[in-house]
Amino acid sequence: MGKRRKPKLAVWKFASCDGCQLSLLNCVDELPALAERVEIAHFLEASSAVMKGPYDLSLVEGSITTPRDLERILQVRRVSKFLVTIGACATAGGIQALRNFKDVKEFVSIVYARPDYIETLETSTPIADHVPVDFELHGCPIDKRQLLEVIGAFLIGRRPNVPSHSVCIECKLKGTVCVMVAHGTPCLGPVTHAGCGAICPSYHRGCYGCFGPKETPNTASLSREWSRLGASEQEILNVFRGVNANAEAFRKESDLHARRND
Amino acid sequence: MKILDRNSVDLFFDALKRQGFALVGPTIPDSAIVYDEIGSSADLPVGWTDEQDGGTYRLKKRDDEALFGYVVGPQSWKKFLHPPSLRLWTAHREGKGFKIIPEQDDPPKLAYIGVRSCELHAIAIQDKVFIGGPFLDSSYGLRRENVFIVAVNCGQAGGTCFCVSMKTGPKATAGFDLALTEIIEPGRHYFTVETGTGRGEEVLRDLPYTEATEADPATVERIVEKTVSQMGRTLDTTDIKNLLYQNLEHPRWDQVATRCLSCANCTMVCPTCFCSTVEDVTDLSGEHAERWRKWDSCFTSDFSFVHGGTVRPSVKSRYRQWMTHKLATWIDQFGTSGCVGCGRCITWCPVAIDITEEVRAIRETKK
Repeated sequence: MGKRRKPKLAVWKFASCDGCQLSLLNCVDELPALAERVEIAHFLEASSAVMKGPYDLSLVEGSITTPRDLERILQVRRVSKFLVTIGACATAGGIQALRNFKDVKEFVSIVYARPDYIETLETSTPIADHVPVDFELHGCPIDKRQLLEVIGAFLIGRRPNVPSHSVCIECKLKGTVCVMVAHGTPCLGPVTHAGCGAICPSYHRGCYGCFGPKETPNTASLSREWSRLGASEQEILNVFRGVNANAEAFRKESDLHARRND
Repeated sequence: MKILDRNSVDLFFDALKRQGFALVGPTIPDSAIVYDEIGSSADLPVGWTDEQDGGTYRLKKRDDEALFGYVVGPQSWKKFLHPPSLRLWTAHREGKGFKIIPEQDDPPKLAYIGVRSCELHAIAIQDKVFIGGPFLDSSYGLRRENVFIVAVNCGQAGGTCFCVSMKTGPKATAGFDLALTEIIEPGRHYFTVETGTGRGEEVLRDLPYTEATEADPATVERIVEKTVSQMGRTLDTTDIKNLLYQNLEHPRWDQVATRCLSCANCTMVCPTCFCSTVEDVTDLSGEHAERWRKWDSCFTSDFSFVHGGTVRPSVKSRYRQWMTHKLATWIDQFGTSGCVGCGRCITWCPVAIDITEEVRAIRETKK
């Protein structure tokens, strides 16, 4: 990204709640500095003024759920030098990926008065299932410090500091006492990707996995521990079928408990 | 040996403060006894104890008003000597280059209140790692030289303690300025005080102590003996280096890997684990950069990442690396075991993996 012109930043939305885009708007203190460095060229959540592509950095929120999404993501990839997906929808399929475990036609027939108006895919899938992605930023929603870190890193051409280890390390660095060991509260922290700053355990709650699976997640071992702490098969199934239900490690674990539940 | 009454503990703390020390010691902000700033003896876990076993820790009320009637909590003194995250320097762009601004590192003078024998050994081990060789860790050295250590002999052992096996306790024998033993008898609550250094003696000078009687050392011994008899765990260290070196392909490593979460909690709570990583961060303008050091763990993928991939991709290889380093290669590297038998890795493992049990399993079915 040369010095002659400001790099162009674009933000794109697919199937999502807009919460991750709001994380960018929520960077109130940092937005002036960001606007100094980049041309915010395409960000419909913030402005209807749109500059033409190509774009140096595209942030993509949301999952692929319609035939039109399938076409549009190819177009976004074509006009983007770097493509970074943001949030659980874009990186794993989001809460709407719960349809992947059921028959979406049945939902459509129950929910909509005119099902024939609805054009939808049978599954909700992450962006990386369809186009090459340069970096995935996890979270529901994403963490604004991490978002700024990723943008800053791409601007300068270095690797972002976004570790993929457990939430436990964040708890320990902060000095937060382990809720599983000290209260017997079931927690997904040991299998969950760091990034939030271990918010829930800081408030005496177990982590429920909004950042999705970490590297090398041992969900089977953690599930056994949850059972020992008194969680039912249904509760274990539910916790893995959250916003990251379609992330591979969580999907496999929940399938196992779904079968046991049947 | 001298005797200090319970009611003189705050005078003792005040004397330390007059010498310029801020006090850090055990306190209960929440659901565990942690080390943090304390002002007076009222901040100590008065009348509390902890019950520990693999993967569980619970605070319990005692039936007395003991100040140090617990074992060890999730944190160790390394959080002060080797902080979890530390900025090493900042830099800003200047012309075509950049200028590095060294960090002004001015740690406070701290008095550690209630350091256990296993923890004294852990500090001695980290001393060797950080300031005992040709390459000095200046931030550790700076913090270390400012410390005043008030040790406490353990009056009870926890469910995951095994300092007797590691020959690191429960009685403090070296590495302290003052060492206390808490004694609670009907109608009397007092401390025996042993001095370890001249400055320990100096702090004591203005306090209303009495000289110990002939019976007091025997009372201390009785307390220590009782603690010895209560060890929750044992670890047979006989020829442990060769035991582990000769069993690097033992099937037990596969079994433990099915349980291990590679969450890194064991390494974070370990008082001797010292690994760290450095992160360079830049701001949005690209004009300013900072280098930070953060605790790292051999249980992450990044830890052994080199060009082309991770050297230890399997959890099995990471657990084996950690345990064999702690108990065997540490001896080759630093001349002592890396384990002090504090039991934290057992208590704070969410799935209760027990280093003593793992060694026992390998020993019983060794090649």
